[in-house]
Amino acid sequence: MRYLPKSPADREAMLKAIGARSIDDLFAPIPAEYRLNRDLKIPRQMAESEIVDWFRERSRENGDGHATFLGAGAYYHYRPVIIDALISRGEFLTAYTPYQAEISQGTLQSIFEFQTMICELTGMEVANASMYDGSTAAAEAVMMAVRLTGRRSVVVARSVHPEYREVLSTYASHQGMPLAIVNFAENGRVSAREIENSISSDTACVLVQSPNFFGTIEDIEALADVVHSKGAMLVVAIPEAVSLGIVEPPRSADIIAMEAQSFGVPLGFGGPYCGVIATRELYVRQMPGRLVGQTTDRNGKRGFVLTLATREQHIRREKATSNICTNQALIALMANIFMTVYGKVGLKELARQNLAKTAYAAQQFGKHSEVLFAGVPRFNEFVIRTSEDPYAINSRLLGHKIIGGFPLKKFYPELGNSSLWCCTEMTSRSMIDTAVGNVAESERSVRSAREEEAEVAR
Amino acid sequence: MKHMTRKATRHVSQNEGLIFEKSSPGKAAWKLAPLDVPDVDTQKLLGSSERKDLGNMPEVSEIEIIRHFTRLSTWNYAIDLGMYPLGSCTMKYNPRVNEAVSRLDGIANAHPYQPEKSSQGALRIIKTLGECLLEITGMDAITLQPAAGAHGELTGLLLVRAYHDSRGKPRKKVLIPDSAHGTNPATAAMVGYAVENLKSNAKGIVDIAALEAQMNDEVAALMLTNPNTLGVFEQEIHKIADILHAKGGLLYMDGANMNALVGKVRPGDFGVDVMHLNLHKTFSTPHGGGGPGSGPVAVKKTLEPFLPKPVLVSKSDGTLGFDYDRPQSIGRVRSFYGNFGMFVRALAYILANGPDGLRQTTEDAVLNANYIRKNLEGTYDLPYSSASMHEVVFSDKLQAKKGVRTMDIAKRLIDYGFHPYTTAFPLIVPGAMMIEPTESESKEELDLFVEAMKAIAQEAEEDTELVRTAPHSTRVSRLDETAAARRPVLRWKPGAQPSTTLAAEPPSLKPEA
Repeated sequence: MRYLPKSPADREAMLKAIGARSIDDLFAPIPAEYRLNRDLKIPRQMAESEIVDWFRERSRENGDGHATFLGAGAYYHYRPVIIDALISRGEFLTAYTPYQAEISQGTLQSIFEFQTMICELTGMEVANASMYDGSTAAAEAVMMAVRLTGRRSVVVARSVHPEYREVLSTYASHQGMPLAIVNFAENGRVSAREIENSISSDTACVLVQSPNFFGTIEDIEALADVVHSKGAMLVVAIPEAVSLGIVEPPRSADIIAMEAQSFGVPLGFGGPYCGVIATRELYVRQMPGRLVGQTTDRNGKRGFVLTLATREQHIRREKATSNICTNQALIALMANIFMTVYGKVGLKELARQNLAKTAYAAQQFGKHSEVLFAGVPRFNEFVIRTSEDPYAINSRLLGHKIIGGFPLKKFYPELGNSSLWCCTEMTSRSMIDTAVGNVAESERSVRSAREEEAEVAR
Repeated sequence: MKHMTRKATRHVSQNEGLIFEKSSPGKAAWKLAPLDVPDVDTQKLLGSSERKDLGNMPEVSEIEIIRHFTRLSTWNYAIDLGMYPLGSCTMKYNPRVNEAVSRLDGIANAHPYQPEKSSQGALRIIKTLGECLLEITGMDAITLQPAAGAHGELTGLLLVRAYHDSRGKPRKKVLIPDSAHGTNPATAAMVGYAVENLKSNAKGIVDIAALEAQMNDEVAALMLTNPNTLGVFEQEIHKIADILHAKGGLLYMDGANMNALVGKVRPGDFGVDVMHLNLHKTFSTPHGGGGPGSGPVAVKKTLEPFLPKPVLVSKSDGTLGFDYDRPQSIGRVRSFYGNFGMFVRALAYILANGPDGLRQTTEDAVLNANYIRKNLEGTYDLPYSSASMHEVVFSDKLQAKKGVRTMDIAKRLIDYGFHPYTTAFPLIVPGAMMIEPTESESKEELDLFVEAMKAIAQEAEEDTELVRTAPHSTRVSRLDETAAARRPVLRWKPGAQPSTTLAAEPPSLKPEA
């Protein structure tokens, strides 16, 4: 086996040194009745070339080379090549969690920079080293608000990503945390008044998302006012991190649960991604997850360590703020490099391009179909309602190697034939025109079918 | 320090400030393609939601970024540099073909919501990995959704709870041995269970009499790590399972130490009802400085209805798809389908090994641990003499007499070119030194490690200060963790002074005598 660095003679010599007759001696503690005396029934050992071939075949079956209009919590942005060049360095890739600070300063300093940039972008005072993803970050942020307020119940906007809501409801199920759902208004936003009415004296927090699942930017200031006036906390989920380049961050939120996948992390069929929690300094001791802090060594030299570990499971066991241990360090490093590449000016320009492509697409689609929630600002996603089932439209688009918008029926049946479209800097004008042409064609044929029906009826 | 030269020497370690300290307006590492649609008036589109300023985000060029992170990387220890004997962490070689295949276009760029028809490759990967893991564990059904080991524990205990709920009584407690990982009790608390400690016996394994006394119809499950954190196989596992099952409880196995079992024995065969695996331990996906992990949960048939949704199924037309109609499911534990990129890597590892390779891997891992044990017994105290599987736990008892503790010895190992072993865990061993070499170490590397450990033991006798102030060869010496926690500085702020000694040389750049 090519990963094993031993010759048969080495094994012999080592067994002899141990005083064992054969390797079986070392497995003697396992009762004989349970020992597996056959080969595992798994595929035979493959050569590297065979492994590459096997996965190439899977890659082809996945429809490689398609253009996509899908967003809905996972975004296709350009990934600068230096990201993979740098994260592939063995010193990052194959390092353990940086508990031994003296030989982990590379990882620690990069996390410190990550925390800093997340704070800059979100307008928060502290950010952790990462959570599994945006959905679990949102659930943990809500549980954090429950601990901070001493209240139990939670209000959730229905415009929060449906899968984030599902995860929250799983997490909340045995915590005695009742969840109340508030619907979105005509304009696609949650109404501050409805939120206000849903808050009781036992409401720990309100969870909203901005840009929300429909791409609409929520009026965070107005929401914060009513939430805070009732003594509850405002938790804001941000699944599309690139929006922070041009959309004012929810500075009046108490906790932000972010998904940093848009920052240079491949779509990868849903993971690994990079959740983050950011909040105010005041709340840091109730924060879940690892934190890196600055300190000095014995010679007064600046260095970084994992800190405030008394919140964590390896110290506090059942009294910890969370059971989280392994996080998404390498993915946070991708996000860190991405943020560094684009920086103060690039991130804004990148977000502006997303905005422009989306504005153009919404305008073009709007000529042939209804664009929902048009009256309020949005970032890089929008909802159109077609006469035809969006699955049928998408199925034709697939013939052009284009994956169409996400049909919303599954999560929002009342929205009928609506679908959620996303445009990023990767979306070309010709792609948009092709998709719009397809929708136009679909509307024309539905119309003429109706006219024919009317004709027949006459 | 003459004897150290076989393993470790120093090299120049460039100083490198924070990226913010290199930033200046007008530098850029990015260039966007020209916009092919009309430009927009952002103020008009966004109104008061428009962001004006991005604060102190850096402005640097590409070469500076490359140098910045490359320099930082050289301050890290890594598997690629040498042995990582962290007990219970299974720091094994991370094969590069795993990285290559995970970056193939149709795999790296697959959107989780793309039509099932164009996701068959991804679904086939999930299916094949799931089948391999079921065969390896001897279990009946599996979910790959959990994002890490602790997340797998959470999922597993939610399944336990759902199972008991379905039988009319959720039960109140989870039994956890005193040698368990901290994630076990933290997880039980998240699922609303009270934690009851279970004492280990003199051999370091579950005390059967204590278990019998503590087991009753309020106990939902026992969370057991097997082999346990001492590296000892629970020989009476059949009795443990029987005691639990007789009173309606379930046996949960923490798969952290699965590297001792793959291809040799299957948890499903010795009575385990539910368990999690760590793909980032046993199945070689890279640890990446702390993640990502992946924590699949495998269960027996009785728990299958409760698995998180969606569940992967084979359809009548031979294609694969997701089943969302699972009325008894605990729900989702994560968005989409889990850390898919880790599935790709773990499967590539399994395919590279095959049945013979996986068995040899386990045998070598156990051989390596026993080789270290044999060579260091006598030099270091061995608190439990029970046979070791893939890891061995010593204590600092002999060295503590001279005031040298496990952390000091661990830090001194750094000077010899090794990552420290796991210190002060498991909690049942005062001054624990927990060593897991994995299969990835050659006899030569093990011999160097043994030599280093023996040399440190000698130093602990002759020059305690040398050991107690180690490491001496790193770019920073021991860091003030108390100050870091007392006045937390968790981010850089403009105007923050770079450390006055930032530009100082590492302790010594003089060639070794």
